[in-house]
Amino acid sequence: MTPELGQFALILALCLAVVQATLPLIGTYTGSRQWMSVASTAAWGQFTFLSISLGCLIYAFVNNDFSVTYVANNSNTLLPTIYKVSAVWGAHEGSLLLWVFMLGAWGVAVAALSGKLPAVVRARVLSVMGMVGVGFLLFLLLTSNPFERLFPAPLEGRDLNPLLQDPGLAIHPPMLYMGYVGFSVAFSFALAALLGGKLDAAWARWSRPWTTVAWVSLTIGITLGSWWAYNELGWGGWWFWDPVENASFMPWLVGTALVHSLAVTEKRGAFKSWTVLLAITAFSMSLLGTFLVRSGVLTSVHAFATDPGRGIFILAFLCIVIGGSLVVYAWRAPAVTGGGRFDFVSRETLLLANNVLLVIVAALILLGTLFPLIYDALELGKISVGFPWFNKMFVSFMPLLIVVMGIGPIARWKRQDPAELAKHLRIAFIVSLLVGIVFALPMLPGASPLAGLGIGLAAWLVTSLATSLADRLRHKRGLAAVWRDITVQGRSYYGMVLAHLGMASAVVGVTLVSLHGMEKDVRLSPGQALEMSGYTFVFEGVESHQGPNYRADRGRVRVLRADEEIALLQPEKRTYTVQTKPMTEAAIDVRPTRDLYVSLGEPVGGGDWSVRVYYKPFVRWIWLGGILMALGGLLAVSDRRYRLPARSRHGVEAGTSPAGQEATG
Amino acid sequence: MTPARKKRLYLVLLMILGIGTAVALAVTAFDENLMFYYTPSEIVAGEAPVDHPFRMGGLVTAGSVKRQSEGLTVQFDVTDNDKLVTVEYTGILPDLFREGQGIITRGRLRPDGVFVADEVLAKHDENYMPPEVAESLKTVHSGADDPGGVTP
Repeated sequence: MTPELGQFALILALCLAVVQATLPLIGTYTGSRQWMSVASTAAWGQFTFLSISLGCLIYAFVNNDFSVTYVANNSNTLLPTIYKVSAVWGAHEGSLLLWVFMLGAWGVAVAALSGKLPAVVRARVLSVMGMVGVGFLLFLLLTSNPFERLFPAPLEGRDLNPLLQDPGLAIHPPMLYMGYVGFSVAFSFALAALLGGKLDAAWARWSRPWTTVAWVSLTIGITLGSWWAYNELGWGGWWFWDPVENASFMPWLVGTALVHSLAVTEKRGAFKSWTVLLAITAFSMSLLGTFLVRSGVLTSVHAFATDPGRGIFILAFLCIVIGGSLVVYAWRAPAVTGGGRFDFVSRETLLLANNVLLVIVAALILLGTLFPLIYDALELGKISVGFPWFNKMFVSFMPLLIVVMGIGPIARWKRQDPAELAKHLRIAFIVSLLVGIVFALPMLPGASPLAGLGIGLAAWLVTSLATSLADRLRHKRGLAAVWRDITVQGRSYYGMVLAHLGMASAVVGVTLVSLHGMEKDVRLSPGQALEMSGYTFVFEGVESHQGPNYRADRGRVRVLRADEEIALLQPEKRTYTVQTKPMTEAAIDVRPTRDLYVSLGEPVGGGDWSVRVYYKPFVRWIWLGGILMALGGLLAVSDRRYRLPARSRHGVEAGTSPAGQEATG
Repeated sequence: MTPARKKRLYLVLLMILGIGTAVALAVTAFDENLMFYYTPSEIVAGEAPVDHPFRMGGLVTAGSVKRQSEGLTVQFDVTDNDKLVTVEYTGILPDLFREGQGIITRGRLRPDGVFVADEVLAKHDENYMPPEVAESLKTVHSGADDPGGVTP
């Protein structure tokens, strides 16, 4: 009964989404307040039914209802309850339901938190979100129904893929989807603004916090994904340039550009059309990612059970979204008047450079991801674009971006005297140059020109941020004043500082782990030792071990440094009882400046095992960077100016327009 | 030219320069990093280059996995149900590697016809067949219907 209830709730949600997409929009043209106010009621209703639906699926999982195909394929009575819940989004249908649920949640959030918005704008935004909802709900109901029944019902389920039985993966997809779907809010704001013909500072200020929250979620999602791959896949990689990773990274890059471009639009009224285009692109990239992952057109290590019908549906949806929004853009954008003027040397130009670079990198990744498809379609043969290509592209453009990142926060809006700027950044430049040279010195162990470049760039980020901080705090007297500045006045500024520091941390991590990481696959007999980077790994053999739903071979590896034992690592090779799939559980000894990573290969005869031993310097700094970026974003969102009523800001048109009064009146 | 136009021109030139560099870089780097895919039949027919990296895929032939008594070198045959190619790999095979499994491998062909792999990929999902492998198997199967075709 519950599954049918879930499906019925989905259909009702679809009906409400259709209402949300149409009535309020018509209302904005006829000027009917009642019709416009339908939007938030519909959003709440849609969310309620989606919650019921998701609840029904969770219920089916927890109660082992194997008469539901999706549950039978992805769960098992022996599966620990926590993984029964996370198994809900362990495969295509359920993860899509989660996706739609998130969309509903974002819609409710907009409805609840946009009280200050003019009623017309709010109706338009929610209406566009309703349209997106219609698309995804149709996709779910027509091609990927999670509540499909299986008859006769099996006694036992086929279990969740063991790779997904990990706490990291329980939260990685929800965060990622929060981000993907969150860009639909930025997209809806942009389209609403286009439809209203008013791309002003108020619009930018409204969409900024939403965009940043979406960006934060995506940042956390990607960071978790990378951390999970490192922990679970047993080969110690943290990024693979796999199509699915690219699918999340492209919206992130464009989203990063959007966050910065919105800043210019809010503060200076410039880049309006460009910001709108970025908002459309960020969301389209999210959709494209979905298409690539779920249609099976690309070979990827993330094998979603694929179905061409789904691919065609998403492709059609993608065309409607991109085509439709570009038509609206072409129709309305010419009416957008140019914003504030700025000089060639100014913060605006630097942020433009940031945007161009980020978009170029995103476009290159898109090219590399789609190139095999294009090649195949032209019947030129089957190819793949190698890992080194992506690295090369990335390494070619990131240094430029980082150089700009250092100057941007220091430069003035509108006009900046280049000589003054140079003078200002002199110390930061000299310090980072010295740091770079030290790390490039050949006599230092493990130093190389590339290490010098990477560390020098990270130092540049840190020193230029320090310069900017010194400027800001020059006239603050006492710690209390500084604390007040951080917590009350300048949250968005300190958010930026934190996020940029995160970038510095990630650069240090990526540089050092790529250049100085050591990897060895070896054959070890019990008692045999291996030396690596000053550590001695003593293999003591493997013994059997029984887990709740798996059996494992557990190895013991003692790690010594200067004849002193510093860790006992116990990597496992698990075989899950139901899926009989071997799984590698790596054992990792974590320190802030390095990881020691040991995983078991397989028995190779005579008690010998193949063992993989990695030394990963500073690898944690990559994820620390992601966390810092996310925290920075959150701090920026909490800035009080987003919470003040629009009318208290001078120079903002909305506050004085009839629509603005209508909203608060 | 007015200063405003001049400024705009600079910006546009800068952008064109950036995009131009990006395209040039992308295309030149493609040359070194594009990897073609060959089936075992194509390799046996001599269509694949010797000593140049490419990818190959197929099924691991049952009973063909041989491990050396020292070190981590392992040999196995990969087939598209028509022809066989012997693969030599040194290192740890992925968890899902097993006989009968569809795999994709990257490496170079030695003049003696042995494919020396530096990477072996088996997929997350055991029910999943890499599309290239699935396609090459299908072509052979349909060939079997013709008189004189190969047996699958």
